[in-house]
Amino acid sequence: MSNTSTHSNYQPSHHILSVLVQNRAGVLARVSGLFARRGYNIFSLAVAPTEDPALSRITIVVDVDSAPLEQIVKQLFKLIDVVKISELDPRRAVERELMMATIRVAADDRGQVVELTNIFEGKILAVGVEAITVSLEGSPDKLDDFEELLRGYGIVELQRTGRVALPKLDKEARVRTHKNGKAS
Amino acid sequence: MTEQLTGAQALIRALELENVDTIFGLPGGCILPAYDPLLDSSIRHILVRHEQGAGHMAEGFAHVTGRPGVVLVTSGPAATNMVTPLCDAFMDSIPMICITGQVPTSAIGTDAFQECDTVGITRSVTKHNELIMSADDIPLVVRQAFHIATTGRPGPVLIDIPKDVLQNKMTWHWPTDEEVLASLPGYKPTTKGHPRMIKEAARLILDAKQPVLYVGGGILKARAAEVLMELAELIGTPVVTTLMARGAFPDNHPLCLGMPGMHGNATAITAMQKSDLLINLGARFDDRITGKVSTFAPDAKIIHVDIDPAEQGKVRRPDVPIVGDCRLVIEELVKTIREMLASGDTQADISDWKSRVSGWQEQFPLYYPPNEPGEALKPQFCLEKLRDLAPAGTILCSGVGQHQMWSSQYWHFNEPYTWVNSGGLGTMGFSIPAAIGAKVGCPDRTVWAVDGDGCFQMTAQELVTASVERIPIKVAVLNNSYLGMVRQWQEMFYEERYSEVYLSPELPDFVKWAEAMGCVGIRVESPEEVEPAIALANSINDRSVVIEFRVDAGEKVFPMVPAGYGNDDVLLHPNQNERREFLR
Ligand SMILES: Cc1ncc(C[n+]2csc(CCOP(=O)(O)OP(=O)(O)O)c2C)c(N)n1
Ligand SMILES: [Mg+2]
Repeated sequence: MSNTSTHSNYQPSHHILSVLVQNRAGVLARVSGLFARRGYNIFSLAVAPTEDPALSRITIVVDVDSAPLEQIVKQLFKLIDVVKISELDPRRAVERELMMATIRVAADDRGQVVELTNIFEGKILAVGVEAITVSLEGSPDKLDDFEELLRGYGIVELQRTGRVALPKLDKEARVRTHKNGKAS
Repeated sequence: MTEQLTGAQALIRALELENVDTIFGLPGGCILPAYDPLLDSSIRHILVRHEQGAGHMAEGFAHVTGRPGVVLVTSGPAATNMVTPLCDAFMDSIPMICITGQVPTSAIGTDAFQECDTVGITRSVTKHNELIMSADDIPLVVRQAFHIATTGRPGPVLIDIPKDVLQNKMTWHWPTDEEVLASLPGYKPTTKGHPRMIKEAARLILDAKQPVLYVGGGILKARAAEVLMELAELIGTPVVTTLMARGAFPDNHPLCLGMPGMHGNATAITAMQKSDLLINLGARFDDRITGKVSTFAPDAKIIHVDIDPAEQGKVRRPDVPIVGDCRLVIEELVKTIREMLASGDTQADISDWKSRVSGWQEQFPLYYPPNEPGEALKPQFCLEKLRDLAPAGTILCSGVGQHQMWSSQYWHFNEPYTWVNSGGLGTMGFSIPAAIGAKVGCPDRTVWAVDGDGCFQMTAQELVTASVERIPIKVAVLNNSYLGMVRQWQEMFYEERYSEVYLSPELPDFVKWAEAMGCVGIRVESPEEVEPAIALANSINDRSVVIEFRVDAGEKVFPMVPAGYGNDDVLLHPNQNERREFLR
């Protein structure tokens, strides 16, 4: 469905889980294995160290049509290495993602791609004889639109990082954090 | 203070400090270093014939003692042989510690001889698992493993140790409780129920007109049988005990309705169906209990007490979820109800409900056709005799199949921790090793294993272990020459088209096989032989005994709620069908 995130009845089919885990061998396999085994779908997943070297943060965008979010969260909590889960409703979160794309474009048409990139406030990373590499950081919806338009030119390679997210800092901001009384 | 030990010595010492007195295992290349210090340890090692046997022995041991069963095996094929018992323990929430050898750290990832990705393979069948990469980590990981396996919702934990880690020197340090807890920042099981929820539960209980206590294995894990009795008698409410909870509430108590579910009795099934309040204590709305979920107990409100938050709302949304340890929660619940009653509250009158329930009990006792002279022996008859002749305190273990359901139906479990079976995974071959483990855990009790002819052939070799290690158990093989439970389904749902379920009427020769394994073997073919054979078996205590009962292959387990049916459509024994309308 199209982007209607401003509409109040909008029910997102995805949810963002920001999962703090102990930074140990196999922890990603535990998390992804759990999703696979219980039939939960992952839209995207990003892993990175945190300010504390003992901990990593896994940002998972889950498909809440595949299972109730509550079950997903509770099952995740049963993993011993999971320390904390923050649940971010996309309506109350800022989401960002990075995309890089190499476009096949003859020198004559290059200007169009550059212009498009500028309109989206993206960056030109590299220029070759018949190709150009651009990047864009922004909300996933914006990246979708940009990608759509680039397709017209011929994408040679494209990569997206998967989204990361933080709670929106307005008066409605609500972070649901599960820390105490966690699963056995 | 800076005592130097090898990793292997540290491992054995750590196990001793965790009060391990028995290990079930079988050595091999990568675990060899751990077997050497074992020679100097007070720990008893029981050498099995197959690692799966070690796993089920550990489970049987844990079932009857409440202490974790410990398994020690080597890498590769030994680790993969442990997958079944680990999964079995995981499904039935049994505390177990499994230690596997691994190829040396330098060889990991090279497809070395007997290398397998043990932690990868066992990740989804353990509560937790860990590959130790440094000998210094051994004591902490062992302490973590015992803590995780035995707290919260219990389960199996696997520790994988490379050979060089066992050989390397380490500086001995025994971590304190605080260090263990601090090392597990993500693990804090909730044990105390929420007071407001407990209040709400008490309110619902006092207002209910048709309540049922739905008791699961969690009661046994929480060692809550006594407080359960207090609660049941306080509120005078009928109790059903699931397959995992048989014995948690005594079958001979007037409030006990016995087992519900796919092969439960008509009263237990129907009482749940018609109830207006199900008080679920440590059960998990398993599909074998609910039948078709959408038609399960349609008018019942739900109180769900479980230590695992993920069980709340997984299958059926509770009206009052209570996360916590069953014993602590029930204690609070009893206290709260007493206070409410003392301050003038009253409980709704449930006497109509109870007389309706007793009506069902009278109309629908368990039924099987009697033995006819000259015809094949009825398996249910054998179970009744085994039950009636069993010495006090006998522990019953079973395999998986028809004989398991008859065991659960016909035995009278009047004491907790006297029933050992594979509920969640339904593992054929469970009973003999589990019975051996149970006997190790409770050497002064009689342990009977009721097994099928199919199951027996999966793990019988552990009777050699029993003989050599002098662990005398008793085995009743209900030989119907068939994979009987599967045969029953083919008869009922596949138009009697029997496909690959006929074993053999003559082979193996169970008596000779028993004798070859150092046991006494007895064959029983007619009803008159049943009692004397059982009496003889009960009198032999220096060896294991195997009685082969040649039983009627045509007997089916009733009642039955076939897969996909709702519990209202339970199939009764054909002889009881004309009374069906009484169940309405
Ligand atoms: C390891 C395993 N394989 C297959 C099954 C499927 N299964 C369930 S019961 C059963 C028949 C068991 O036969 P037997 O031990 O003779 O018991 P009976 O039903 O005849 O009493 C089978 C094959 C199982 N539960 N476990
Ligand atoms: Mg059979």
